Amino acid sequence: MTDTATQQPASRLDLDRLVIRFAGDSGDGMQLTGDRFTSASALFGNDLATLPDFPAEIRAPAGTLHGVSAFQVQVASDTVTTPGDAPTVLVAMNPAALRSELGRLEAGGTVIVNSDAFEERNLDKAGYSDDPLADGTLDGYATYLVPMTSLTKEVCKDLGVKPRDAERSKNFFALGVVSWLFDRPVQPTLDWIEMKFGKRPLVAAANTAAFKAGHAFGETAEMFQATYTVRPAELEPGTYTSINGNTALSWGLIAAAQQAKLPLFLASYPITPASDILHELSGRKNFGVRTFQAEDEIAAVCAAVGASFGGHIGVTTTSGPGLALKAETIGLALSIELPLVVIDIQRGGPSTGLPTKTEASDLNLALYGRHGEAPLPVVAAYSPSQCFFAAIEAVRIALKYRTPVILLSDGYLANGSEPWRLPDLDDLPDISVDFTTAFNDTDEDGAPVFRPYKRDPETLARPWAIPGTPDLMHRVGGLEKEEVTGNISYASANHRRMTELRAAKVDGVAADIPPTMLDSDGPAEMAVLSWGSVWGAVTSAVRRVRPAGVAVDHLHLTHLNPLPADLGEVLGRYRSVLVPEMNLGQLASVVRSRYLIDVQSITKVEGVPFTASEIAAAIAGAAGEH
Amino acid sequence: MSTETTAGPTTTKADWTSDQEPRWCPGCGDYSILSAMQLLMPQLGARPENTVFVSGIGCAARFPYYMKTYGMHGIHGRAPALATGLATCRPDLDVWVVGGDGDMLSIGGNHLLHSLRRNVNIKILLFNNQIYGLTKGQYSPTSEIGKVTKSTPLGSVDEPLNPLSVALGAEATFVARTHDMDRTHMQETFRRAWEHSGAAFVEVYQNCNVFNDGAFAEITKKDKRPSMLIALEHGEPIRFGAEGERGVIMSRSGELQLVDVADVGEDNLLVHDERAETPSLAFALSRLASGPFMPTPVGVFRATEGPEYASQVARQLAFAQDRSGPGDLEALLRSRATWDVY
Ligand SMILES: Cc1ncc(C[n+]2csc(CCOP(=O)(O)OP(=O)(O)O)c2C)c(N)n1
Ligand code: SF4
Ligand SMILES: [Mg+2]
Repeated sequence: MTDTATQQPASRLDLDRLVIRFAGDSGDGMQLTGDRFTSASALFGNDLATLPDFPAEIRAPAGTLHGVSAFQVQVASDTVTTPGDAPTVLVAMNPAALRSELGRLEAGGTVIVNSDAFEERNLDKAGYSDDPLADGTLDGYATYLVPMTSLTKEVCKDLGVKPRDAERSKNFFALGVVSWLFDRPVQPTLDWIEMKFGKRPLVAAANTAAFKAGHAFGETAEMFQATYTVRPAELEPGTYTSINGNTALSWGLIAAAQQAKLPLFLASYPITPASDILHELSGRKNFGVRTFQAEDEIAAVCAAVGASFGGHIGVTTTSGPGLALKAETIGLALSIELPLVVIDIQRGGPSTGLPTKTEASDLNLALYGRHGEAPLPVVAAYSPSQCFFAAIEAVRIALKYRTPVILLSDGYLANGSEPWRLPDLDDLPDISVDFTTAFNDTDEDGAPVFRPYKRDPETLARPWAIPGTPDLMHRVGGLEKEEVTGNISYASANHRRMTELRAAKVDGVAADIPPTMLDSDGPAEMAVLSWGSVWGAVTSAVRRVRPAGVAVDHLHLTHLNPLPADLGEVLGRYRSVLVPEMNLGQLASVVRSRYLIDVQSITKVEGVPFTASEIAAAIAGAAGEH
Repeated sequence: MSTETTAGPTTTKADWTSDQEPRWCPGCGDYSILSAMQLLMPQLGARPENTVFVSGIGCAARFPYYMKTYGMHGIHGRAPALATGLATCRPDLDVWVVGGDGDMLSIGGNHLLHSLRRNVNIKILLFNNQIYGLTKGQYSPTSEIGKVTKSTPLGSVDEPLNPLSVALGAEATFVARTHDMDRTHMQETFRRAWEHSGAAFVEVYQNCNVFNDGAFAEITKKDKRPSMLIALEHGEPIRFGAEGERGVIMSRSGELQLVDVADVGEDNLLVHDERAETPSLAFALSRLASGPFMPTPVGVFRATEGPEYASQVARQLAFAQDRSGPGDLEALLRSRATWDVY
């Protein structure tokens, strides 16, 4: 790019892993910058995991602390399951970003700042009375002051781009600098700019120029003593793509519909962080997917139930507030025993809570949040790409057992991404079921009849006969039904029987799900039991502590109801069990009451996932008590 | 639910009558609506296996149990939403929605509005008895002001909703009113709703003889009808009375007024136009009576054509397949940047 012949080439050092955090104003394009760095790293062959962290406001006042948008990615030469603990590198585009993010940086970490943004107005808005670049705030960090805004304007000057527009390309300048510093391939980013902005040549030119200028700056400014590289990871052979949880989940629903040979109907009301599933599937109409943006969450779940009654796969996606609204209708689906998949992308609650931040505190709501005795299967996804399979599993159970199923994901899985080795589609399970098309019983006089509540003896599922089927006209409803006939019945013995049958049907799913996931490295007296996205932090943490001689097993639950049949026995093997959760101990309570085992609850409700170090510290602490 | 074999090519009332005993109070207006429907279905040539009745909760909402069709007794207020999902996925079905004034205008008002404005192909029958029947007699959103009930011992103080005005406000493409005392009129109205493509809204004045007896007697009793019911007919001057001696005109200020035809001359009567593009005239007609104690229009207020929801949805699916080819999951998984690890 530039003539470097006169320059001393910087030395190149190898890193096992790198955790970098890009932070700036909401309008600075930090999510995009992080995403590009991630993609280039993925193509380079690293394993990685990301954590977008953005404010709830769409356009918070520029330069303020609550307008800070951040994106963290861990890039490694071996497998990673979390976006990393404390970042080693912070890119701060303005004073507010530095102020809000500096505390996360590891001791002695690297700070790269856009020094142009450190002017009085911005310092004021960030609440700095003195300039942190000069007052010792950054002592102890490797600090690089880069005038990104002015350098970007400079290179764009001759392109015919207006200075204001040119300034907006400064995130590409930043990307160029870190791409040089961490030896990321350049071409994918250049290609991407061309693909994305090709139709707006001036924007494409400005972004390209800024990116190249940033790269050249790294090389020529004699500021950096070394570049670093994170070698490709040894990943399982295969074709990979980078995927986040919501996309994987959407594709999983499409796959489920194909494996079930039934059309998919998604009815939803927009809510963060679930809306992207509605967006993604709305763009997949060529797969025969019908999407319906309802007037509210109740209408959405009702429409899904109506679709299921008609023989489609009724699905509704939402987050906590919406799940609360859907409760009554889920009870209806449970009572009329029709398939329904309710997907809750959890976020911080209660009420509006932390709309853009992650939490896993809807487990109680999923398990218990209905009136009456109303058990239903609950499935939880545990990594961004695994959302694909979790969606298929939820649909499988719903169809086979004619029951509503709640699938839990969370904001971190939804927006976090990782490389995904594409599955062989031939390996996906066949989850098709048969509609009932003929009489299934005879009456007292021996005449053939249809009994809508005559159950399959094995699954206890009732027949699914859809409108349009001759002879099988029948009525379903939320009033208690007589066993077998489905006629309204208020008889007490029948109600007891039906209540028990509905529960037994859901309990029976336990025989149809995998045993508790167990990751063991030899005999251990301690286990960590996880569910949902905490899986990633626990996986990293046990890998970290085992070499230090701590014997610990990792148990993980993909199904929260029913629990795997072996769980009680498995838990009984350990002297102590830690249960880390992004809530105040909801699974811990379930385990205690169910198995009378006093697990140790570890909780975090701070809007961000557990880090591996937090879990590792908890493990080490518990190991010390042994 | 005993033997329910599908009827032959033509059906009779028995083919539409389930084996469940209706549990309405003796004398309830719901009975006459039910038998009007069961008798009408064979005339329409409809098929029981292709017909679905969806309801919410209330006395009216028990209706599906008594029809030998597919049916769903849902939850309070949500029938239009349940039916929207069904009708969107299954345009081949005749989907009817039945509910009371509380069901459709209190708890379910939102869904009613949205199903109407979307023009989903569902036929909505609102049995208006101006009371909460099933919960034993509280006032409803259509009860007249001052209604004394268990929950309003000193009389209700809230203004009632006019169901037709609400439906017309949502620009429903089919809006009609009938009453439980006139089987022929009910059947004619239901037939028109059934023939309509898109959402049809029919208000049925229904007598709750236990908690609000005679609410409509002033206008629906046989001897009162000529002078109190204004039968709307498309393209005809709007007139009523035993001899057609009364009529409706629009004043120069745009208000509708009841007049003696002799005073204004037949040519000056308002001519009903159910196909008018805007719902304004229909809306004015819906406001003509401020309650069932004044001359009240019945029949079809509005019947216009508009794009039906499910067919629009289907069209988009077809368009997307034309444009991008049928969905290929393998290709979808590889639709973003991919890389190979060996
Ligand atoms: C969520 C919920 N809230 C309240 C009720 C109690 N409830 C049942 S029917 C009804 C009102 C019925 O009135 P209407 O819809 O006018 O029907 P009618 O009985 O008059 O035919 C109420 C309040 C319920 N079943 N569900
Ligand atoms: S309470 Fe009224 S509406 Fe309900 S069944 Fe009795 S008479 Fe009919
Ligand atoms: Mg009522």
